[in-house]
Amino acid sequence: MSQDAIPHLGGYTEAALDQAFAELSREVESSAQLLSSPDAVEQFRLLWLGRKQGRLKLISDAWLKSAPAEAKKPLGQRFNQLKALIEERLERASETSAQFALDAEAIDVTLPGTRRALGAEHPLIKTMHEMVAVFKRMGYSVGVGPEVETDYYNFESLNFPPGHPARDTQDTLVIANQERRPLRDRLLMRTHTSPVQIRTMEQQPPPVRIVIPGKVHRNDEADATHSPIFHQIEGLCVDTNITFSDLKGTLDHAMKEFFGSSVKTRFFPSFFPFTEPSADVQISCPFCGGKGCRKCKHSGWIELLGCGMVDPAVFGFVQQRQPAYDPKKISGFAFGMGVDRIAMMKYGISDIGLLYSGDARFLEQFA
Amino acid sequence: MKILSSWLRSCLPQLSADDRQLADDLTLRGIAVEGIFDLGENGSLFEMDITTNRVDAMNHYGIAREAAIIYGIALKPLETALPGPKTTVKPFPVSIEEPSLCGRFTARVLRNVRITQSTGIVAERFRLLEQKLISNAVDATNYVTLAMGHPTHAFDLDKLEGGIILRRARKGEKLRTLDGIERTLDPDDLVVADEKKALAIAGVMGGWDSMITPETKNILVEAAWFDPWTVRRSSRRHLLHTDASHRFERGADFNAPPIASALVSSIILESGGEVEGDLVDVIIPEAEARTARRPAISFALSEAHRILGATEDPQGITAEIAEAILTGLGCRLKKNGTPYNAPAQNLDPSRAVSVETTASRAEYEVALPSWRLDLEREIDLIEEIARVYGYNRFKNTLPSFTGAVVELPYAEKEAVVRRTLLGLGWTEAISSTFCSATDAVTFAPQPNSTVPMDNPLSEEAGMLRPSLAPGMLSMLALNLNRDVEDVMLFEMGTVFSGSTDKVDEKPALSIGATGRLPLDGPHQASRPVDFYDVKGTVEQLLSRFVSKLLYFDRFPSDSGLMPSWLHPGRSARVVIDGATIGYFGELHPEEAQPRKLKQTVYVGEFYLDRLYKQDLRQPTMRELSRFQAVRRDFSFIFADSVSYAQIAEALAALNIAELQRVEPKEILRDKEGKRIPQGHFSLLLRTVFQAQDRTLQEEELQGWSQSVMGALQKLGGKLRE
Repeated sequence: MSQDAIPHLGGYTEAALDQAFAELSREVESSAQLLSSPDAVEQFRLLWLGRKQGRLKLISDAWLKSAPAEAKKPLGQRFNQLKALIEERLERASETSAQFALDAEAIDVTLPGTRRALGAEHPLIKTMHEMVAVFKRMGYSVGVGPEVETDYYNFESLNFPPGHPARDTQDTLVIANQERRPLRDRLLMRTHTSPVQIRTMEQQPPPVRIVIPGKVHRNDEADATHSPIFHQIEGLCVDTNITFSDLKGTLDHAMKEFFGSSVKTRFFPSFFPFTEPSADVQISCPFCGGKGCRKCKHSGWIELLGCGMVDPAVFGFVQQRQPAYDPKKISGFAFGMGVDRIAMMKYGISDIGLLYSGDARFLEQFA
Repeated sequence: MKILSSWLRSCLPQLSADDRQLADDLTLRGIAVEGIFDLGENGSLFEMDITTNRVDAMNHYGIAREAAIIYGIALKPLETALPGPKTTVKPFPVSIEEPSLCGRFTARVLRNVRITQSTGIVAERFRLLEQKLISNAVDATNYVTLAMGHPTHAFDLDKLEGGIILRRARKGEKLRTLDGIERTLDPDDLVVADEKKALAIAGVMGGWDSMITPETKNILVEAAWFDPWTVRRSSRRHLLHTDASHRFERGADFNAPPIASALVSSIILESGGEVEGDLVDVIIPEAEARTARRPAISFALSEAHRILGATEDPQGITAEIAEAILTGLGCRLKKNGTPYNAPAQNLDPSRAVSVETTASRAEYEVALPSWRLDLEREIDLIEEIARVYGYNRFKNTLPSFTGAVVELPYAEKEAVVRRTLLGLGWTEAISSTFCSATDAVTFAPQPNSTVPMDNPLSEEAGMLRPSLAPGMLSMLALNLNRDVEDVMLFEMGTVFSGSTDKVDEKPALSIGATGRLPLDGPHQASRPVDFYDVKGTVEQLLSRFVSKLLYFDRFPSDSGLMPSWLHPGRSARVVIDGATIGYFGELHPEEAQPRKLKQTVYVGEFYLDRLYKQDLRQPTMRELSRFQAVRRDFSFIFADSVSYAQIAEALAALNIAELQRVEPKEILRDKEGKRIPQGHFSLLLRTVFQAQDRTLQEEELQGWSQSVMGALQKLGGKLRE
């Protein structure tokens, strides 16, 4: 049946009217199913409610014209109901069609977003900042010193006597033309951040609490775990009544702050010329909780720090400038750690050389 | 160093701990067992790492001594009995001409020996240690070194011409050492010589010509004590690091030579032969006074408590514990003036000793063992007590502190620079501290101020970097070589200048960019980074600091005022309040070409020490106007000789308070010269006027427009139709 055709009315009895209008309602309902765009809604409106050619008008004109007078009222009521139904459908359809319109503007949200590049802080710098922050909260100020040092500050004042075998462990990069100068004045690339301990104590009387992040150099063959350039964090605490148990407590606390409160520390005797007693510190592996994993070489422990009580001989050198460092009256501890190793462990970096390569593919991972 | 647990046990008959327990207990005392290998019925092989100060523990007996202290058990004395000489002869002549270099020399003559393969316990232990067997005489010396740590040497007596002389080498004197290399000796080398020739570099290595051979019949056993420094210098000079030199240079036991000599001799004599004459033992009293007979030192228990602090065990380090440890180490004590022999204590924490708490007033005079030259001071004894007691038995305490945390003067400025660059999308990198000599000359801000290295890591790293720029270029090149084409890096680091007498260090910043801006994607095409992107970063960075006068300028290539590594037409200098803060721009093609950079690179270097002299900008709020802002655009044509800086200055000179902003919106050139004459550019300039106190009137806007146009015309600008 064409939509335009006027449906046949089987008579003006109530039953015939009900049947005819039920048929029309079904037709309205079925044409209202397809209203998925504003165009379709408009078509629907024109089809049924168009002022001149609207179906409602055509049908009502046709049926009313031939209706007996007593049938006009019930017929009119039914047309009104039908119109209300059409309008209700139309209203509902325009609401949804507005939504359909927005849906039609849909985009592919699975495409990658436009990112503004965030610069990435270097993982070593980041690690140093984090570690320094831990010690700052414990009352430590930051100390710095030159990267080119004299033999005196790098070795002698730290109780590495000239010609001492302990110097062998720190292969030194030396500035040219030093042979003619007195040994203590010879210039070299500092092999550790420890000279800053001496420089700081020479500048200020006790108490001292400093943490020293910095770059150091050694004449080492480069491989996956060694670089001639690397970074250390050094710490120094000097006051009256500073004890070995204070050193233990300080480092235990700092490691818990940095790696998490479940980390444990243990101390082993070691040797450094500038501390006595000296210790190596291991922490329980923060990655596996001490159960053993690749990062701790399945031992459950990771060696992380060197430390000890400041050797009285070191205070002796400092006393030449700052008499207040009398080893009979004061005491102190010092500690040091390799930043590169900590950063490599923390971020799972396989080759230390990457840290100094400037390879953007590597660095940008830390943004 | 490899150690056999079975050998240790032969020195410790009462030892009951198993190998693993022993390894743990030693490690906790700093005698580190790094690896344990099961040898079945032969016990374990310990792979050990002994710190450089503990030469006394680089042998089985020394480690057994440590175990004896830990467990409070007896250490079996070394057996040094030898059959007495059958004949009396004149003592073998030994003359120490350099008493400061050789403190003790013993010589023992063995006659009619038989050179053969080692057998018995020597062969067995060498096999377990994977030590090469050579011959019974040579093995004997090596065995004794492993057993008790004192190096000795066996000479073929029949190759000697006359008695032993300890002297310095003669200038140019030659010696073929045991490794077969003929070496030219130095007058600073101490040699063991006969009357004719050098036989050995003392304490380092013996000579080829007097070595033990299968034909050797008679042997001279040397056991001596050499000055550590002399041995160390010779060892380094000849690049000869031997088991002997390793021990002598760290300070051997002055009293060991007669014992070592007896042990070596008895092993050799097991295969036949006899001792001739008594042991010749020449002692230099001064050397003995410095070592075996060095003066006793004072030790107060209270000092140990002051340094070491609190222990987990409330009794702490009692006098009994301290005494047991020191005695066990071989010290002889005088307690409060009277000689005192402390009973041994089992220091194993699991079997804690029950002792009366003793007041810590005890004071001691401590005579030191000859094998521990590393012990010299009270603090050394305190360390020994802490070490043997066990570090992990001390409490974790935190010291009180009343000071304040002081920031470095530049800390905040440094943080602002880093934060700003990171926020603008630059990634931080760290490059080499060194550069090539060529780069040092090219990039040094001042001529003749580069600092060469004595022992550079490589030829390319021969100089301390005078600038961060060469390192930045290396990093950009590395990325481009790996097809990473869009890179924005910065580095904050030290640059060096001065001379080899005095090196100046300054903080610097470098930035380097190449490729496209990091906005590329399906939604918008990116564009190549250009000079103005870099300049924008510089402007934003510098805007974090206070400046009265900040400007950028450029100089022609022949002016000498710009770094030679920058493209003279596309680089700028930036000046704040009269100080040059840095330079940046496109890399000079002549620098780009040898680096094989396949695309345009922008690079800049900034003197942070100068920037840090400026204060950080503290923002202060400006009242927001309630009145409407009015825009006026001007389109003018200028000759290329007119810079934007001149235009901006000219407008600023108008001193119109209501002129809030001036923005160049569009710049056009026409190569054809049709719409804009050649050598000229058109500028669309936007001005924004606004007053704080009123709505602007059309008349005043008219007036200001006239002023702006007048100023632009004064610069030769023509209003564009």
